[in-house]
Amino acid sequence: MIEARGLTKRYGDKVAVNDLSFSVAPGTVTGFLGPNGAGKTTTMRLILGLDAPNSGTVTIGGKRYADLANPMREVGALLDAKAVHGGRSAYNHLLCLAQTNGIGRRRVSEVIDLVGLGEVARKRSKGFSLGMGQRLGIAATLLGDPKVLMFDEPVNGLDPEGILWIRNLMKALAAEGRTVFVSSHLMSEMEHTADHLIVIGRGKLLADCTMEEFIARSSGQTVRVRTPQPELLAKGVTAAGGSSVADPPGTLTVQGLSAMQVGDIAFDSGVRVHELSVVRASLEAAFMELTGDSVEYHAEMPAPVSAGMAGRN
Amino acid sequence: MAVATTSTSSLPAATGRSGLRGTLVSEWTKIRSVRSTYWTLLVLLAVSIGLGAAISAATAAHWNQMAPSDQATFDPTQASLAGLFFLGQLVIVVLGALVLTAEYSTGMIRTSLWAMPRRSVVYAAKVLVFAGVSLVVTLISSFVAFFLGQALLTSTHHQAALSGPGVMRAVIGSALYVSLCGLFAFAVGSLLRHTAGAITTVIGILFVLPIIAHVLPNSWYHTVERWLPSSAGNTISTTVGTPDHYLFSAWGEMIVFAAYVAVLILLGATWFRTRDA
Repeated sequence: MIEARGLTKRYGDKVAVNDLSFSVAPGTVTGFLGPNGAGKTTTMRLILGLDAPNSGTVTIGGKRYADLANPMREVGALLDAKAVHGGRSAYNHLLCLAQTNGIGRRRVSEVIDLVGLGEVARKRSKGFSLGMGQRLGIAATLLGDPKVLMFDEPVNGLDPEGILWIRNLMKALAAEGRTVFVSSHLMSEMEHTADHLIVIGRGKLLADCTMEEFIARSSGQTVRVRTPQPELLAKGVTAAGGSSVADPPGTLTVQGLSAMQVGDIAFDSGVRVHELSVVRASLEAAFMELTGDSVEYHAEMPAPVSAGMAGRN
Repeated sequence: MAVATTSTSSLPAATGRSGLRGTLVSEWTKIRSVRSTYWTLLVLLAVSIGLGAAISAATAAHWNQMAPSDQATFDPTQASLAGLFFLGQLVIVVLGALVLTAEYSTGMIRTSLWAMPRRSVVYAAKVLVFAGVSLVVTLISSFVAFFLGQALLTSTHHQAALSGPGVMRAVIGSALYVSLCGLFAFAVGSLLRHTAGAITTVIGILFVLPIIAHVLPNSWYHTVERWLPSSAGNTISTTVGTPDHYLFSAWGEMIVFAAYVAVLILLGATWFRTRDA
């Protein structure tokens, strides 16, 4: 269980994390989402005590990270798979970490086999591929068989096989009752992994809900109707309590009513309907809409693809 | 893929609290598991013993051409230790600076502090392991360089014996001095967190500062010199002649240097504890 209360961190006059409060529960994968520069890594650094917050607290099982008796047995964290001394072999890298927490050599060998690095364990890690480096980092997090696992952008740059491996690993770890906290700047990565979402932008909390809630909330679905009589239908829609936009001409996009209701209104008002379809917002679009204002650096974007960009109330 | 992370037969239940003991073992693993340690220490031994031997051999070869006054002031102990002094000192400075700065340049520090977030423990373990390693290696260099140098000086009949006045002090003290130089570099590295910056600063203080001090008017120089870190090295290794009266005693100079190092290490520890990693 990770609990953050009013976490704030400034670097100079830049606020990286702004009054952030959330908790991460055991037994589920919690996705930590936000655009690049939103403060995800900073938050994770604050959790581990690598950086000290300007105000607020963050605890793991009620204690500050540095106060845990055997930190590696409580929290396995991978912030940056490249944060290793490349001149050291995978085995010795894991061994020197294990020794700080009194974890023996047998466990080191075990986690090496667990992540499938057995054949290169004695090789220096500077020659490792991105995927192997990631596996080494994950092996380290598992050394202490910790209750809490935290990964910062774990699938960045991995091939599909590596991505699948990490996804399954995270799910398996959560299924064993552990707390799994994983950050990403891509909704699509979380869609199939996370049960719970914490979304931040510019250091502030934007959403803290289950994946279902997020989906329900964001797929404020719309009904698109192609009709030669849009004005007539629009009147009926308004009368029924919905709203609509005629865009492009000959197409009416209806909000706040179900497809069935729209069909009935058309029938009742004698409007000819050429097409009637439900348009569901993708999670990616919902996420982008949620965080849209908080993206650090905007690229010049072509006109947004309006289809599928559902409104959110 | 099945992930049997719960099978933890190989991970006995934790007993007690992770602390200095495990971290000392860990730091020992760190220092012995990178090749650069071996290369650096090998170079240290080679240059310290090699240069001392070369100077001793060259002196022996030219002994008869030397002026009697030069012969009288020749310090066979200091000559045999010259390699450790000049080149060995450089090498240990590099190694000492790297103990912490390498963790920052590779990013390993973040992983290290995840494993052991009690920073005083990490810092203390690094100091102790590095001090231990450098003491052992400098003592070996010092004694081997001394005995080899004296053997090469036999023909001059001016060679020193360990039992001679101040000789044991010079041999052991030189190793201590060079080890202190390494700790000095470690401390500066912990303050600057930058390898090249730390090495340059330390070399500036140990090698360049004395030269600058020499340019000062004599009266100033005499006041300043006793407070220079390098004066500890010069006095501790001298066994022939009387030391300059404006310097402290050999051990007095060593205490001055040790105090500098202690202050910097404590300052480094404070910064290491409080600054963002």
